[in-house]
Amino acid sequence: MALANSDLNAALAVTRFGLGARPGEIAQAAQDPRGWLTAQIQPRGVASPDGVPPAGQRLAELRDYQMSVREMRQDRRQDGQAPATPPGPDAGAPPGRPERDPVTFARRLLREETGGDFMARLRLACATPDSFAERWALFFANHFTVSATKLATATVVGPFESEAIRPHVFGRFGDLLDAAESHPAMLLYLDQAQSIGPDSPLARRAAFAARKRSPGLNENLAREILELHTVGVNGGYSQADVTEFARALTGISLPGPREAQIAAQPVVFRPMAHEPGARTILGVRYGQEGRAQAQAVLRDLAAKPATARFVCGKIARHFVVDDPPPALTGRLEAAWTRSGGDLAQVAQALVTAPEAWSPQPAKFKTPYEFIVSCHRAVGAGPTGLDKVAPILTALGQRPFSAPSPKGWPEDAEAWAAPDAIVKRMQYAQAFAAVVARSRDPSAIAAEALGARLTPATATAVARAETRPEGLALLLMSPEFQRR
Amino acid sequence: MTAPLPSRRGVLALGAAFGLSLQMLARPAAAAGRDQRKLVVVICRGGMDGLTLAPPVGDPDYAGLRGAIALGPEALKLDATFALNPALASVHALALAGQARIAPAIATPDRARSHFEAQDVLESGAAAVYGAPSGWLNRAVQTLGAQRKVAALSVGPTAPLLLRGPAPYASWSPGRVVDASARLPTLLQDLYKTDPLLGPALARGLATETMAQEAMTGIATPTTAAMGGEAAPRPQAQGREAARQLGQTLAGFMREAGGPNIAALSLDGFDTHANEGAAQGQLATRLGYLDAVLDGLHAGLGPDWKDTVVLVATEFGRTARVNGTGGTDHGTASTALLLGGGLKPGGIIGDWPTLKASALFENRDVAPTLDMRSLFKGVLAEQMGVARADLERAVFPGSAQAPPLTGLV
Repeated sequence: MALANSDLNAALAVTRFGLGARPGEIAQAAQDPRGWLTAQIQPRGVASPDGVPPAGQRLAELRDYQMSVREMRQDRRQDGQAPATPPGPDAGAPPGRPERDPVTFARRLLREETGGDFMARLRLACATPDSFAERWALFFANHFTVSATKLATATVVGPFESEAIRPHVFGRFGDLLDAAESHPAMLLYLDQAQSIGPDSPLARRAAFAARKRSPGLNENLAREILELHTVGVNGGYSQADVTEFARALTGISLPGPREAQIAAQPVVFRPMAHEPGARTILGVRYGQEGRAQAQAVLRDLAAKPATARFVCGKIARHFVVDDPPPALTGRLEAAWTRSGGDLAQVAQALVTAPEAWSPQPAKFKTPYEFIVSCHRAVGAGPTGLDKVAPILTALGQRPFSAPSPKGWPEDAEAWAAPDAIVKRMQYAQAFAAVVARSRDPSAIAAEALGARLTPATATAVARAETRPEGLALLLMSPEFQRR
Repeated sequence: MTAPLPSRRGVLALGAAFGLSLQMLARPAAAAGRDQRKLVVVICRGGMDGLTLAPPVGDPDYAGLRGAIALGPEALKLDATFALNPALASVHALALAGQARIAPAIATPDRARSHFEAQDVLESGAAAVYGAPSGWLNRAVQTLGAQRKVAALSVGPTAPLLLRGPAPYASWSPGRVVDASARLPTLLQDLYKTDPLLGPALARGLATETMAQEAMTGIATPTTAAMGGEAAPRPQAQGREAARQLGQTLAGFMREAGGPNIAALSLDGFDTHANEGAAQGQLATRLGYLDAVLDGLHAGLGPDWKDTVVLVATEFGRTARVNGTGGTDHGTASTALLLGGGLKPGGIIGDWPTLKASALFENRDVAPTLDMRSLFKGVLAEQMGVARADLERAVFPGSAQAPPLTGLV
């Protein structure tokens, strides 16, 4: 049954490796399912969402906002009023109520821009014909998580993905690592921007000036690079390695207001804040001066076998199954090692691995994947943030706001709590009520799942009392919830 | 989506906006002859700084190590050494009444200073990282379930490891209304007949919803005003109000006939690497939410508070010294809280190693003097009646060197 097999592989290519089938897409892939995937592996990277501005522009807006907050506080102090407490990072007036406070208004505009970036990314995911490449980019955006849980990082999460992630995801891992760790969004998210060498000229000068708080080291970025971005928690590093790496990273920061006026770069290296001297990390001595020191450490980390093992394991878990067979991760690691960490080669190895084409769907869709695939199934795009943000938040995947630097969880158990299934059902019901009035749900089912559609689901959809009920059943069917 | 009742939407929207999430673990139980003893476990994620939660203001080395984030006379005194952060006024009131105690130098057996490893050990109850695929609270429910009806429930959008495991659990989070008579749930249950993941999950979700609707009825909710009526209160006050309501709602569940008697709840945002603050600031805001949840639980449980124990724990503490950015980095021992109407009297739980340079763990962290599992085991034994053999064999295997604490309840 060569033909049936190719039909099934086409459905797997589009719904497992990709983000779900748009009408006609499985038929297009049926000619050559693997070719459909490999054609998306392009050295130039993965297309970025439309309309996301450079990080530098967002950071300039953020500085303006922060300066106006400072000025307003000063004014109030001079007027003898109580100083204004800036609202918490998630504050915002309820929609529809005019703002009287200009600071709150400015903050809301920044928040709305983040919402706009998220919607641009969601629209791309719902419409792209290259949904395997998009999934690949989303995987690495999650690997190098920057979360919008702080206002400052919220403004640059979108630009971070466009600038640091998407151009590099089919290039060398070392280049991707360098781009991600030196992007202002990461420096802000993992507190690197403020970290200062304890024996740097800047720290000594501050100590001399007897400031209330003497500046110094922050080891957050160093630890998470090791634990989450490269060798992984079993990568054999110690607390001393973390601290030494944090010292090597000092000096990499964001420009202050005055520096920003002189140079337009969003990231600066301050030799004055860099911890002088050689560092020893994972048994290797780094004698370089200045920024070259941290870059040398990153280069070595990218080349470690432990990094290949850790990242390839995550790729296998994301694309194929929560508990991947060693044969699959072995193939990915071999491709990584052979090519010196060329992610295009790793993607090729994934696409040609027989373990990745098991007919049994093993992955339960995350809330984002579920919402994207619902829209793709009916060939539509999302209509507004207010339609998608509440359900994503209720399902535990608030837009751009992963709960920690580890990113979103990968396993089915995390997403398939009883409460979440009921909420998915309610979303499917509401979604179907809007789109299904004039469409045949059985036809949508055939297009969306192809050969993966089971007789039980096909029958249930066909027997539905109303079209919305039929579509809701399709969207909630076991095979649509998985990939 | 069906429009949720305004009161529920208020709770959900505010809770979600301030990073609060709630989990409870559950199995429906018969109302008749029900054991009244209750246990709530609160996990503070991110590595909560024990030295700002319960500052040892009387320790001679405290102020020097903490610099600008040291607390002074504004802290709420507990004894000659310890105080509570001013954000914890409700906890302080309970402590003065002998209904709250601190364990100021407690840690899991994990020493890696990784959030994810430490949370794994904290929730799995194993001796080492990734040592168990299920949570200790789930295993406790399983062993208790063999002897009597135990009911628990998970509230929150995702399932934490603490609650995962062999004992089935339902989950719920505020903000939805299900028409149980609608066709879709019935048709789906049919479609999920042979699905091991979705079938049980949907059935439990629907069952819990029925109970939730009963529990929510009659809870007074002033959230509509907090959502932006006239003179909307400051966001922090809104967050506190939402947190208090989460506590009260949870209490409402637990007082229901057949409601849960074991619950777990988690709060995020305790990873304070920079600008941590002291009596005010980032961490104090979070502690204020914690205080509000606990206050809501205490108020909502009413007469049942005497039968309730609440445990508050975090995956690790933070560096004893303030770091270069007004915050603290990943450390080792932290402070746990034990609250309840039936606590036995006593001072701090465990020994205080002091903050002397020679006493610090690896010259940077508060040294652990108490294994977190000793506290958990003591509470499970004295409050919930888990047998010693079950504790050692099923709930906390490999924990012989961490004997259960006694004299807690």
